[in-house]
Amino acid sequence: MIIEPMSWLYAGIGGVLIGIASLILLLFNGRIAGISGITGTMLLKPAGDTLWRMLFVLGMVLGGVVLLFAYPQAFPSAEGFTRSTGALVLAGVLVGVGTRMGSGCTSGHGVCGMSRLSPRSFAATGTFMLIGGIVVAIITHAFGGTV
Amino acid sequence: MINPSTTKSALAALLSGFVFAIGLGISGMTLPEKVIGFLDVSGGKWDPALAFVMGGAVVVYAIGFRLITKRDAPLFADKFSLPTRKDIDARLIVGAMLFGAGWGLGGFCPGPALTALPSLVPQVFIFVASMLASMFVFSFIDNRRQKG
Repeated sequence: MIIEPMSWLYAGIGGVLIGIASLILLLFNGRIAGISGITGTMLLKPAGDTLWRMLFVLGMVLGGVVLLFAYPQAFPSAEGFTRSTGALVLAGVLVGVGTRMGSGCTSGHGVCGMSRLSPRSFAATGTFMLIGGIVVAIITHAFGGTV
Repeated sequence: MINPSTTKSALAALLSGFVFAIGLGISGMTLPEKVIGFLDVSGGKWDPALAFVMGGAVVVYAIGFRLITKRDAPLFADKFSLPTRKDIDARLIVGAMLFGAGWGLGGFCPGPALTALPSLVPQVFIFVASMLASMFVFSFIDNRRQKG
């Protein structure tokens, strides 16, 4: 087990900011900050009620730009990946289809849904954490950690 | 045409997305190897740090949610748009299983991947392109099927 209390502090501070960001969307727009839902709906229905979704995604990318200059260690280097191009393409398909089919991802189910005590979000979060752990365990033990 | 409340709600969304991304970056969620280390409970080098992300976010949101939803309506919209379903169906579980498999395989979930785009790391673009195309194709087919 890796014990790095400083990284726990950063994780906690980041989590508090994620909570605040989600509350901003709730207080002003009355919406759940579910990133897969916001992104998927924006792609599918470019006609109606799309502006706020586009600006949410734009805000995320702008946040990424600020991080790039202010805190570049937030991002991986191309050399540091243990996943091949093929693995990342397949991962993208699984995440894209899975989040739309399951009505949410780490943000909508994991943060907003569990906070609202939604039984669907508890079931979804438990499921994707468990399966994520199983897939990583298989990659670690059967593929030597690289795939 | 764009009316003032549409503009205000769009600016609120911009701020929300921005703060969300900063939180993801500070937390370590934008590092796929950190995510994989968190999910790798059995590998002997388990890194529990990212549990504090969900912990911090849930505590803040759970308190704020109860205060904010005491209001009759949000500030820039007529009403709260909140999910109401409570049934746990096969579609929810299968979707979550597929998402979990992709999360473990790639180390990215949707928010951190979008936040990491400005890093211009090629693997991020590969993942995001695949994810967005899959979201679109799945939802397009799903919508048609449900309309019959």
